[in-house]
Amino acid sequence: MSVKTLKIDGEMVTGRAGETLFNVAWDAGISLPRLCHVGGLSDVGACRLCVVEVEGQSKLAAACVTPVEEGMVVHTNTERLREHRRLLIELLFAEGNHVCSVCVSNGHCELQDLAVQLGVDHVRLRYQHPKRGVDATHARFGLDHNRCIFCTRCVRVCDEVEGAHTLDVSGRGASLKIICDLGEPWGQSETCTSCGKCVQVCPTGALYLDGASVGEMEKNRRFLQYIVTAREKREWIRKG
Amino acid sequence: MTGRIEINPITRVEGHAKVTIDLDERGEVARARFHVLEFRGFEKLCEGRPFHEMPGIMARVCGICPVSHILASSKAGDRLLGIEVPPAAVLQRRLANYGQVLQSHALSFFHLSSPDLLLGMDADPRTRNLFGLVAQDPDFARRGIRLRQFGQRIIELVGGSRIHPSWSVPGGVARVLSSSACDELKGWLAEAYATVDIALTRLKQILDRHTEEVEHLGSFPSLFLGMVDDEGRLAYYDGRIRIVDAEGNVVADRLDPGRYAKYLDEASESWSFMKHAFYKPMGYPVGAYRVGPLARLNVATTAGTQRADRELREFKQRSSGAVCASFHYHLARLIEMLHAVEKIEELLDEPELKSHEIRAKAQLNRRQGIGAAEAPRGTLFHHYEVDDDGLIVRANLLIATLQNNAAINRAVEQAAKRFVRADGLQEGMLNRVEAAIRCFDPCLSCSTHALGQMPLSIEILDAAGTVVDRLARPDQV
Repeated sequence: MSVKTLKIDGEMVTGRAGETLFNVAWDAGISLPRLCHVGGLSDVGACRLCVVEVEGQSKLAAACVTPVEEGMVVHTNTERLREHRRLLIELLFAEGNHVCSVCVSNGHCELQDLAVQLGVDHVRLRYQHPKRGVDATHARFGLDHNRCIFCTRCVRVCDEVEGAHTLDVSGRGASLKIICDLGEPWGQSETCTSCGKCVQVCPTGALYLDGASVGEMEKNRRFLQYIVTAREKREWIRKG
Repeated sequence: MTGRIEINPITRVEGHAKVTIDLDERGEVARARFHVLEFRGFEKLCEGRPFHEMPGIMARVCGICPVSHILASSKAGDRLLGIEVPPAAVLQRRLANYGQVLQSHALSFFHLSSPDLLLGMDADPRTRNLFGLVAQDPDFARRGIRLRQFGQRIIELVGGSRIHPSWSVPGGVARVLSSSACDELKGWLAEAYATVDIALTRLKQILDRHTEEVEHLGSFPSLFLGMVDDEGRLAYYDGRIRIVDAEGNVVADRLDPGRYAKYLDEASESWSFMKHAFYKPMGYPVGAYRVGPLARLNVATTAGTQRADRELREFKQRSSGAVCASFHYHLARLIEMLHAVEKIEELLDEPELKSHEIRAKAQLNRRQGIGAAEAPRGTLFHHYEVDDDGLIVRANLLIATLQNNAAINRAVEQAAKRFVRADGLQEGMLNRVEAAIRCFDPCLSCSTHALGQMPLSIEILDAAGTVVDRLARPDQV
């Protein structure tokens, strides 16, 4: 296996051919902001928050879907990137209906945490206030489309880990929507195994356990590492 | 000279409102009305939301009395689940509710009304406020602020935050109360008792100087409505409704708050966004009633705690029937504060309060849930209808200020007719109209987002709408 040597934020690092910039940076102790990436699932580059600057390239590159190359010089935390990320967070807030104070995930939300971390203290864009509903037909879980940021973690975990592929995405642009099966109410889905993995990987309060009240929805994703390790290495151990 | 005087906005109340005073040809007050200028839309915006979120959303109705909304909302949620709430959760909810009665009443008395009562209705408006009170009697003002802090601290330790705690949920509460929190709260009791005693003594001393206000700031016969327990004692969390008339006769008793729509109704008037509640069997406007501290003391046979009962007996001697002077809302508020401190002391000694069994869980079992509680300003009802999946289809809130609306209007008109003269308009005259409103401590926006000094300007318009006189604060002329 060939090894690539590159520079991230002035540090010389190495990665295997085909490995993503995100993972190599992670191994080097650099944690990039992200909402769609989650360890154990495939990457799709949906949220664009992990964008980095690569010298010699005018376009920003999403680190989670950019393979390392020999001699790359990468910057992960420039003012241009910080401003870009702030704007992305503002776009997410303006696009949906995110009201932290009454949200089930208040205090345990990745979108909220990132907004704080990136210094988003107001939104410069006009809120769209889209009319989106809540699918509360499932006996144990709820799907609040208002809080969905289309990271597709739920779609991927349902397909790649549970193997059910109940959830998917329909529509384009402003009519984008997470659907169950062919658009049935969740409670009527014939493929859903009610495993709840989608709820646990969701970064916001879009997917929640039925009965959760304000701030009560704390997600636990340790199961994912356990399953992936078991599947790939045949080791049934829980780390960390 | 026909014309109109407008007081806009009303100061030292919670929220935004105005008063219009219409003058007849002789320049005397023909009619006065109280208008609430806000539209919040909570009943509409919660449609389609899961009912489990309601306490958190409805808490935002009010920054002063969020606990009342949380309690009424979670009680409505309890009904939707169809379960019995664990005793520890009930005790916690009661404790927080008394904390809120204490802090809200302290705000009303010390911060909002004391400047009128202790500095004088005609005092310079530039100093007729909390800061003027601090300058004149720093110890009294500090005690008032500390008393409110105690109430807030109770809410914070029980609910997790001072404003909009989201700890009470359908089925119970979400946090266990620690022993250290109870110990800390016990440390506040002695000071709280002393402050309430001082306030009671001060208010009783000045009542003699305010006989005109007692008689003319909303003194009229009406019905009174409030919750009491089966022995007729004050009940803020889970009593049943009792209604008494001006003579003190019990008109209705042991009414189930969950069936409020059977006996209470709302009438609309073309000049107000706010409806007028009335007791159905008597119709509108005869069946209009008052709620809140004055009403609660009028309906209760006893308070149920020793010190408050002593005060209540004295209070009831102020009238052969029910006490009908709205000015005595102030006194009633202080007696309720005393009662609240006694109940807080009682509750803190309950071993069950710290139990870890705090929440009952169930699926949705009913399509309709009604929750009621006594808020600082009066009886509060939350009524939710949900679909098969537990999403809100319809929500109706019957809040205290709405139920007092007819009475507030009557008080405003009575005060205006007595004190306001168009020729030689004085600020103190209009302040008495505002003071009539402050008796009820109305919660108008149910939030306090105004910063800085509110403008107070009064204009007298002639019949053609031309300004014939204008009165404004010196810094706004």
